[in-house]
Amino acid sequence: MSEPMIRFDKVEKSFGTFNVLKDLDFEVARGEKVTIIGPSGSGKSTVLRILMTLEDITGGAVYVGGDPLWHEEKGGKLVPASEGHLRQMRTQLGMVFQSFNLFPHMTVLRNLTEAPRVVLGLSKAEAKDRAEELLELVGLTEHAHKFPNQLSGGQQQRVGIARALAMRPKVMLFDEPTSALDPELVGEVLNVIRGLSEEHDLTMLMVTHEMRFAREISDRVCFFDGGKICESGTPEEIFGNPKEERTKQFLHAVLEGD
Amino acid sequence: MLFGLHWDTAHGDLAFAASILPMLLIGMWVTIEASILGFFVALIIGLILSVLKAAPSRLIRWPALAVAEFIRDTPLLVQLFFLYYVLPDYGIVLPAFLTGALALGIQYSAYTAEVYRAGLEAVPHGQHEAARALDLPARRTFTHVVLPQAVPRVVPAMGNYLVSIMKDVPVLSVVTVLEMLNVAKIIGDQTFNYMIPLTMVGGLYMILTIFASALVRFADRKLPKRGIALR
Repeated sequence: MSEPMIRFDKVEKSFGTFNVLKDLDFEVARGEKVTIIGPSGSGKSTVLRILMTLEDITGGAVYVGGDPLWHEEKGGKLVPASEGHLRQMRTQLGMVFQSFNLFPHMTVLRNLTEAPRVVLGLSKAEAKDRAEELLELVGLTEHAHKFPNQLSGGQQQRVGIARALAMRPKVMLFDEPTSALDPELVGEVLNVIRGLSEEHDLTMLMVTHEMRFAREISDRVCFFDGGKICESGTPEEIFGNPKEERTKQFLHAVLEGD
Repeated sequence: MLFGLHWDTAHGDLAFAASILPMLLIGMWVTIEASILGFFVALIIGLILSVLKAAPSRLIRWPALAVAEFIRDTPLLVQLFFLYYVLPDYGIVLPAFLTGALALGIQYSAYTAEVYRAGLEAVPHGQHEAARALDLPARRTFTHVVLPQAVPRVVPAMGNYLVSIMKDVPVLSVVTVLEMLNVAKIIGDQTFNYMIPLTMVGGLYMILTIFASALVRFADRKLPKRGIALR
């Protein structure tokens, strides 16, 4: 358990002149469930997008399972990663998007079997078995042959979770998975994520505004502000006894209604 | 006499019309062939143009943009003359029909390229991200994620261009292609009766374009587009 599952080493990310991440050091242990909270624009989604290789980095290094993500070794030197290296590294990660991003022209079942068949080379029957297992897990067995637009937002997001799980990732990234949902549909999605959080091997990294949920399932909560981790600790420490003034202000603002 | 057929000028207008109908139908068949061939050329060159115009490298993108702009800003007739009279100087001799269909296809490729671009851009960025997160190869993403969502969006616009191409086919008469209008003109020249053949061309054209539009609508209805949000 020495090497962390995810490690950010002095990572910089800028869009033009805007620095989203500044000199970020950040670690997630194997099997750890970490929640990132913070104001919008603090760079929390960028952390997930860098891990999913949807955004590159402008400085520093990211390691997944001990191997550099955005670099690879060539002749004893670290060079920027090739597409082949990224593809290989990506298989360890799965992502759930805020806007689901299901393939609208495919049935639920096809959404779940497409990548396992094409990328992992599973047979049609194997992929179908795996998909049906996952649909049972997320409680959508009877919706296998529907199209995404025939489902509610909560159901679509549960398909999104199942689709990511179908690739058997070691790390699941959740990018505000309930932010696009009507309030009454949030619970069913959180229940599925809660179920996953009980799996010891699965590393989970989640960006969310559901504070109560973060408190409940997280091993550790990180408060991001201005492209840096402002404060990090157990849910009890962060929610019960925050040390930083910025953390207190943020929690005060978001928990006002609770 | 035309195509080995004779016209009847001795028994009144109806008999004359009936006697030239087979000739006009032969011309109409040429019109249909030129439209379809031109349309396919436009579909293929347009797709290539749209991909090149979106290329990351300026060395590819800029020439493609210049070519598309040039095609769009010059008349079909000029392009047709160029292909028909200039290419033979460089050893490329094509039959008039092929030259004509090629000119039509090239002219319209500038427009179909724009339709492709709009169709591809209408596929949300999140679809590309989801495909990448699932590690789908780029080619698979294009053929199985992007295209199936783009094609239903472009079919109606492409269909309109098919009808437009059809109506531009008479331009090919200037390079001796015996399409419908040219046939009518020859009949007129020989019989001094332009009124009847030209009126018939108009009527036949209407039937042709109405039929083509119906075909496009039919294709649009039959396309698999379940689940895809079309505006």
